[in-house]
Amino acid sequence: MLIESGSPVAADNRIGISLTINGQQRELQVAPWTTLLDLLRERLDLTGTKKGCDHGQCGACTVLVNGTRVNSCLTLAVMKDGAEITTVEGLAGLANDGAGSNGLHPIQAAFIEHDAFQCGYCTPGQLCSSVGLMNEGHAKSRDEIREAMSGNICRCGAYTNIVDAIEDVMQGEAR
Amino acid sequence: MNRFDYVRAGTVAEAVQAFAGAPDARFIAGGTNLVDLMKYDVERPGRLVDITRLPLTGIEERDGGLRLGALATNADVAYDARVRERYPLLANAILAGASAQLRNAASTGGNLLQRTRCYYFYDTATPCNKREPGSGCPAIGGVSRIHAIFGTSEHCIATHPSDMCVALAALEAVVQVAGPAGERSIPFAEFHRLPGDAPERDTNLAPGEIVVAVDLPARDFGQNVTYLKLRDRLSYAFALVSVAAALELDGGTIRTARLALGGVAHKPWRNARAEALLVGKPAERASFQAAADLVVAEAKPQAGNAFKVELARRAIVRGLEQAAAGTPQSITDKRIQ
Ligand SMILES: Cc1cc2nc3c(=O)[nH]c(=O)nc-3n(C[C@H](O)[C@H](O)[C@H](O)COP(=O)(O)OP(=O)(O)OC[C@H]3O[C@@H](n4cnc5c(N)ncnc54)[C@H](O)[C@@H]3O)c2cc1C
Ligand code: SF4
Ligand code: FES
Ligand code: FES
Repeated sequence: MLIESGSPVAADNRIGISLTINGQQRELQVAPWTTLLDLLRERLDLTGTKKGCDHGQCGACTVLVNGTRVNSCLTLAVMKDGAEITTVEGLAGLANDGAGSNGLHPIQAAFIEHDAFQCGYCTPGQLCSSVGLMNEGHAKSRDEIREAMSGNICRCGAYTNIVDAIEDVMQGEAR
Repeated sequence: MNRFDYVRAGTVAEAVQAFAGAPDARFIAGGTNLVDLMKYDVERPGRLVDITRLPLTGIEERDGGLRLGALATNADVAYDARVRERYPLLANAILAGASAQLRNAASTGGNLLQRTRCYYFYDTATPCNKREPGSGCPAIGGVSRIHAIFGTSEHCIATHPSDMCVALAALEAVVQVAGPAGERSIPFAEFHRLPGDAPERDTNLAPGEIVVAVDLPARDFGQNVTYLKLRDRLSYAFALVSVAAALELDGGTIRTARLALGGVAHKPWRNARAEALLVGKPAERASFQAAADLVVAEAKPQAGNAFKVELARRAIVRGLEQAAAGTPQSITDKRIQ
């Protein structure tokens, strides 16, 4: 069902949307109050994306929407009809050679290399946020990376190593 | 979250139309405030009108200034080359707020209409005059650390949490709105309200009116500006006190002064007498202290936020010093120069 622009879809109706998720196009029927986070985790079994606070306060749910990082917990899926979504499961597919070395995106390899996590709960969000940061291209210095990553809380305090990993990949790309 | 109808508007007229006969409708843009409040059952809209497809995302030259479309994201505005060059005060205020993810989603219009972060407002188990008119205000005499010290009423002491709006107040932006009764322009100072006896109304928008743009005047104050934000942690936290300062100087003499405070009132707080006091004075600490004293003399703090009075006084002096020196506060190096 297509939403006629301007006419209401009643609350008991599901709404047809089309999303490209990690390169795969999906036609989905969603209730308008379904967040993108719940859609990914509960319906599509893409449980890499994590729910931390569910209120925009931690960044664990960060995904890329059309290449831009956003908090999927505050995003209604129906509003992203037509968008391209990338979750942590799809990062490797974004790498230049299709799957990077070891089937990882360079930022994933750098997180391993720099020991940029402990429990790993924040990591999918940190990874997607790092890729979003690099797409944006505003943060250059270490201080700027720190500031631009402040939307991702790490309860284990792996911050220093996370910045190391991002710097490493950014320098590699500049080389 | 409650159940609601969903409308995707294609034009401003459709968006306004979708409100007719649905008084409990809400526009939704980035959703970063509204979806959050819906999860807490603070907002229970019967209908959501999705305005993200409206053609209001642009940033355009206009009358020597800039017109920010209501759907330009906070990130779009902060990183726009013209905004960075001509309105560093606005760019820095936006970048001092929220996180990169939130700024990517948050819209210009939504930022203006975001609601207070008062803990009681968020907690439906407690009374709150803003959420439920007439039920009382437990913040008065309660936990009031983040609450207002200026312009409060016996009914509400909430603050408006936006950083961006503090800069827009100092720049004297103009809000363009459309609604059932047509289009109108609202000067920034008249857009937000003080709580008075109707704290449920944050702004002077009429029901069903939609913000379509925010106009920045040509007068831009160049580099003689600063946005100084003081908070509990260095990033990703709301302001306890913030200062937007903008000066026009004639050599060492102040020709025009604009000063707006965030985190201290129900709207960005300006004091016309303090700004007037600065005009014609030398741009030095003694002048700034006199203005700051005048501003804080009107403070009426609670027990829990009395610290904000001295914090505001010092932040005003430091902010004006930064503006006079043409050294805006860095958003990455948090040391206060
Ligand atoms: C964890 C967290 C931290 C934050 N920290 C900060 C901070 O430090 N500083 C800061 O300034 N902000 C901060 N924010 C708030 C953020 O800036 C706002 O949530 C955002 O600007 C709202 O914009 P939006 O487009 O997402 O609005 P929405 O959530 O879509 O809408 C908010 C309100 O505005 C109304 N609305 C939206 N667009 C229009 C329009 N065009 N016309 C009329 N009404 C409209 C909606 O009906 C709704 O009532 C934070 C938010 C979160 C979740
Ligand atoms: S300060 Fe305002 S928002 Fe907070 S509890 Fe009182 S009435 Fe409600
Ligand atoms: S789960 Fe979305 S920000 Fe915490
Ligand atoms: S690795 Fe545990 S929260 Fe970041």
